[in-house]
Amino acid sequence: MKITQISVFLENRKGRLYEICSMLGKADINIRALTIAETEAFGVLRIVVDRPADAIELFRRNSVTANQTEVVAVEIPDQPGGLARVLGILADHDVNVEYMYGFVEKFSENALLVFRFDNPEYAHQVLRQNAIKVVGERDIQGL
Amino acid sequence: MNVTFWNKEVETMSRGGIEQLQVSRMQQRIADALKTPFYQHRLARAGISSPQQFRSLSDMQKLPFAAKDDLRQNYPTGLLAVAMEQVVRIHSSSGTTGIPTVIYLAQEDLNAWTDLLARSIVATGCTRKDVFQNMMSYGLFTGGLGLHYGAERVGMTVIPVGGGNTQRQIQLMKNFKTTVLHITPSYLLHIHSRLNEFKTRPQDLHLKKAFLGAEPYSENTRLKLEELYGIDAYNSYGLSEMNGPGVAFECVYKQDMHLWEDAYILEIIDPATGQPLPDGEKGEVVLTNLVRSAMPLFRYRTRDLAFVHPEPCPCGRTHRRLSRIQGRTDDMLIVNGVNVFPSQIEEVIMSIPEVGTNYMIHLARVGSLDKLTVKVEIYSKMFTGELNALDALKNRIRDRLRALITINPSIELHEPGALPVFEGKAKRVVDEREKL
Repeated sequence: MKITQISVFLENRKGRLYEICSMLGKADINIRALTIAETEAFGVLRIVVDRPADAIELFRRNSVTANQTEVVAVEIPDQPGGLARVLGILADHDVNVEYMYGFVEKFSENALLVFRFDNPEYAHQVLRQNAIKVVGERDIQGL
Repeated sequence: MNVTFWNKEVETMSRGGIEQLQVSRMQQRIADALKTPFYQHRLARAGISSPQQFRSLSDMQKLPFAAKDDLRQNYPTGLLAVAMEQVVRIHSSSGTTGIPTVIYLAQEDLNAWTDLLARSIVATGCTRKDVFQNMMSYGLFTGGLGLHYGAERVGMTVIPVGGGNTQRQIQLMKNFKTTVLHITPSYLLHIHSRLNEFKTRPQDLHLKKAFLGAEPYSENTRLKLEELYGIDAYNSYGLSEMNGPGVAFECVYKQDMHLWEDAYILEIIDPATGQPLPDGEKGEVVLTNLVRSAMPLFRYRTRDLAFVHPEPCPCGRTHRRLSRIQGRTDDMLIVNGVNVFPSQIEEVIMSIPEVGTNYMIHLARVGSLDKLTVKVEIYSKMFTGELNALDALKNRIRDRLRALITINPSIELHEPGALPVFEGKAKRVVDEREKL
């Protein structure tokens, strides 16, 4: 159960992030999760949205440099040590996390985090075996 | 003012004497040129098949111009007039499109060039008692070795340190009581800004003179450097195609540079029409080397803009003076003393599939050094979404540029369509450096 993350290239220019978000807003596409990776000269905006296919089409039409990546959305108990326990399990099974970030909203009582793994198939299997809940594309749309 | 000469007879020769010498040396060079594949063909077309057909300086007009492209197209040996075993020195530049240019010197040519440098050095009042620290780079670049040989010929104590490593430069200047520098004005400014760091004041040094060159700068910069260090700073002119430095040099009066007319024929032309311009009018400098047998080169278009002072100099030298270079007829940039053509940068950008074809070159001055920034647009289809990939791309562009132009640019990645689009002639270079 993988979900789509959209990466957008952001040059270092005032108002560029606003333009991207405003583009999504006008198309009634909702951002569910977001993070920005940056260097001093440019950044990459990573987002999970409710309608990824529409967002990609929107970016294509507006010549926004974007690319899609598969990520995994994982439910983490919203309590002290919740994330540490999940990361511990992943580490024990040699699952490598490239990066991760949080959802804006909660799906249930649990916190929801986006993980980018170097090997998503295997990561998924480890999570399932350890009864850690993974959220699918459809669940995201219904948030 | 104390005026000294290296070769008083030649330096103060009558104009008629100089012109006679030019004609006879020109005949020798034509004889050499007729041995080269390049000039056999060219001179035949100009109707010249023997040296005797060159009778007076007005015959210069019959000879075709030569340009950098001719040197590239005839690389490596098209202009070589002697057997390779006669060649004692090769200098080469990287060239704008990857094809280098090359200059050959036979022993007599090297001697003649060295003599011009010795003459130039002595014209500034230097003697064998001076300690000369040469901060120009050595190697294929002509600036370092040219002055080095000249200073040795004068009998100065030569410190062949080359460029960079400011701490060591300052230490050498102190330890050996250096009196004369050969240096780019921007590096001399830079050293001044760092003297404090090494607990040194300008008056702790023993400097008396600096030979400035290799990059454009204003009279104000010269005056500033003279004041900062309490020295006399001299302008110089040269280019690798004419051997290198020593084509023209200022004397102690520092009122523009004596062009050594026994060794070079100087013409100033209208760059658009190729017609000669009278003294005093600004135009393109065109030079003929009279003292190089291994590689004749006639009427070379330097792309430098300058004018000639015909009036006599108080020093008594009869060789006319050339103004400082006022600009270029092409788009060559000089960045920290290194010649860079935008086409070299373009070539690198075009060879990298992840970036588009639009680009901008930005020049600024940070402290006393130039900063070159190259802005490119990433190609949408090559965008993987990974930051590392972008960083690696940036480094790859930077490394390739550094390999070609020998300076370290900073690279900016932009979104497709973010850089200005030009209809008609593109203006890709933004130079925000204040005039040095």
